[in-house]
Amino acid sequence: MEISRNWRLKNQRYNLEGTTCECGHKSFPPRKVCPKCKENPQEAVRLSGTGEVYSYTTVYEAPTGFEEYVPYSVALVKLDEGVFVSSQLTDVDPEDVTIGMRVEMVTRKLKEHGESGLILYGYKFRPVLGC
Amino acid sequence: MRDVVILGVGQVAVREHWETSLRNLAYQSIKEAMRDAGVDHVDALYVGNMLAGELSGQEHLGALISDYCGFNGIEAVRVEAASASGAAALRQGVLSVASGVTDIVVVNGVEQVTDVLQDKLEFGISLSLDTEYELINGISLTALFALLTKRYVFDGCCTPEDLAQFCVNAHRNGVGNDYAMFRREVNTETILKSPMVADPIRALECPPACDGSASVVLAPLDAVEGDPVKITGSAVSTDTIGLDNREDPLVFKAVRESTEKALKMASKNLEDIDFYEVHDLFPVVAALSLEASGFAKKGEGALLAREGTIALDGKIPITTMGGCKARGNPMGACGVYQAVEAVTQLRKEAGKNQIECETGMIQCMGGTAATVITHILEV
Amino acid sequence: MSDLGVTMKPNQDVGIVGYGAYIPRYRIKTSEIARVWGRDTRAVPIQEKSVPGPDEDTVTIGIEAARNALKRGGISPKDIAAVWAGSESHPYAVKPSSTIIAEVIDATPHVDAADWEFACKAGTEAMQACFALVGSGMGKYALALGIDTAQGRPADALEYTAAAGGAAFLIGRKEESLAYLEASHSYVSDTPDFFRRESTKYPVHGHRFTGKPAYFHHVVCCASELMEHLGYTPEDYSYAIFHQPNAKFPITAAKTLHFPVEKVMPGLIVPYVGNTYSGSSLLGLAATLDVAAPGDRILCVSYGSGAGSDAFSFVVTEKIEEKRDMAPRVEVYIQRKKEIDYAVYTKFRKNLVM
Repeated sequence: MEISRNWRLKNQRYNLEGTTCECGHKSFPPRKVCPKCKENPQEAVRLSGTGEVYSYTTVYEAPTGFEEYVPYSVALVKLDEGVFVSSQLTDVDPEDVTIGMRVEMVTRKLKEHGESGLILYGYKFRPVLGC
Repeated sequence: MRDVVILGVGQVAVREHWETSLRNLAYQSIKEAMRDAGVDHVDALYVGNMLAGELSGQEHLGALISDYCGFNGIEAVRVEAASASGAAALRQGVLSVASGVTDIVVVNGVEQVTDVLQDKLEFGISLSLDTEYELINGISLTALFALLTKRYVFDGCCTPEDLAQFCVNAHRNGVGNDYAMFRREVNTETILKSPMVADPIRALECPPACDGSASVVLAPLDAVEGDPVKITGSAVSTDTIGLDNREDPLVFKAVRESTEKALKMASKNLEDIDFYEVHDLFPVVAALSLEASGFAKKGEGALLAREGTIALDGKIPITTMGGCKARGNPMGACGVYQAVEAVTQLRKEAGKNQIECETGMIQCMGGTAATVITHILEV
Repeated sequence: MSDLGVTMKPNQDVGIVGYGAYIPRYRIKTSEIARVWGRDTRAVPIQEKSVPGPDEDTVTIGIEAARNALKRGGISPKDIAAVWAGSESHPYAVKPSSTIIAEVIDATPHVDAADWEFACKAGTEAMQACFALVGSGMGKYALALGIDTAQGRPADALEYTAAAGGAAFLIGRKEESLAYLEASHSYVSDTPDFFRRESTKYPVHGHRFTGKPAYFHHVVCCASELMEHLGYTPEDYSYAIFHQPNAKFPITAAKTLHFPVEKVMPGLIVPYVGNTYSGSSLLGLAATLDVAAPGDRILCVSYGSGAGSDAFSFVVTEKIEEKRDMAPRVEVYIQRKKEIDYAVYTKFRKNLVM
């Protein structure tokens, strides 16, 4: 069930916490070494959670642990900061997703470890709701 | 560093080997490679395998396979680089002989996946991704290549029909390879009507779930008579593990760098390459590999498929014995199958699939081209 | 001490600093449920109800409602002294939903977190306690949530209305409030109209017993006692919200208390959303705040089976004008919908054996 492993990832899963470097480069996942200028250390930064769909697909044959959610759509989202995030899409039908669509981060269940195990919550992206 | 040659090759037909265990699959192709090489002893064994731990609950393959081949205590290790494990094992074998530490080694690539069901296999293959940031979202390797395909088509690089030609070409070549899993042709229409796996990738664009084992025996050139196939280039490059951390997700930087390093080591240019055993996991992978290696300009990889440039009678034949799509993709074994097939071509033993060649390039990747391993073989 | 009981008001004036709602996207028409069970598709208590998606639960509903409340509140989450979530469908029996919500909104670690339970009034329970915490000076702000993903037993009458959704209310001092509290009141008795044992999946309800001796007795007594203590009549209120298990009960309660039905309509969302249990009266309150004007007085009365009611009297301030549009209104969530059939509903509610 990897209790401590998932607990370590709280800030990333709940709030898209990555790292930023003096050179301006932002990373997600967080890094110890800047991939651009190789500087270390890096500072924590919360990413915006808004961006657009770079590309997406809908999964019909899922890997173990995700069968009950089929069909589901996944995407590479390009955040407004220029950082890419791999994520599921939610609250949208596959036929309504488009490349370039504006999306925002929400917190949803990623998976459950059976009926008695841990529930993993984390980021997904949905079409921007607006007020 | 000494020059290294491939003294002998062996392979098991790629199939669903329900009745053969992992250790016996390994033994079969090792035995054949040693017989082909005319040796009854090796100094070391390098095993390329990706999935035995996750799917068979078996680690420590170096000791296991060395034991069951009767090698009686030699140096033996398993090498892992996701689906490039076979090529990584080949690399270790090359370094071992070139350095002078060993004189005869056998490199075996082996994979036994049909003991598990499809969802477990997809999960195992997806362990080559960033499991904390890609797989945890239900994102599989297939899904990542699917979304790359979608973007590639969206950017106007090609049509779905163009991409299907990679599969048509592979199947046509598979017909002439008795060791291939699929030995019949398929047409574009059948491919594009097959069930959707991860939009837009269809079932007939995916390599089959299959078991396999291929082996090569390596030796130093100066210890061998005749005109054996030489390995003159060998290079490994890595890129970010997550596709989301690439500068441009549609550029396989590790393909470019690995190709350049291997060519430089072999003192060759792209024009010298007579055939390219590309790692055609999916059509888009073949297209992007053709671009990154330099055979096609950016955005034009699939045009080579459309125009037939990749056919046996084309300018850059690829997947000459069926590739991942028709010969099959037993993951960790693939890199060694590529070596065996390249030797078959260079020895002029390819039968109906024979092309005119003196130099071939084989290339294998792990994950979403996070590891790319290239070898140049020539006579 | 009068027979009316002690109506509650903290020593320091408090109010609602921010509020937020959330309703899932999926809807099933009650006529579709009736069709499957061979009932008259016209004799249904509401039009349609909300269904949580496969990746939603009470915690994810609470997270979005809380984030919306903070958008309107405009305060640092580190100043929140308590995160208290009321529900009948907490995902864990042991491990508070409040701890997860508190972590996600960045209120941890210097915060109190606990889950509340009292059937459909668990949310207002939490809110009652938040007023007390802030009013006593123990904390600057406190967050109350009423959130649920109610399970209706297939073929049961309650299947037509058991829905999902909720709201969060950030409580603080009157000076910062978009609506301040005049007073609150609670009315409770041991009345087993609807209950669920620890290890069973679906509740048991007393059919017609849930009406007069349960819902109506507690709602009407609680509301009338609060109004009498404050010296108010229905004329003093612009709006009234009563717990909405269906469309009929709150309207009957309003009539009994002599409230014109127009005052209840803005908060009456059950015909389009269903009964969101602990979210019910709080979502009604949120929907009312979405349209209320400064100076409006609002009566909010919850009901929880078992049984009890909490009643609150609020007055809206000018701050509502600037804060209302900082987060999606309830209407935005109501209008955002995707209809599903009974098969998909069964799949989403995990009633299929896999």
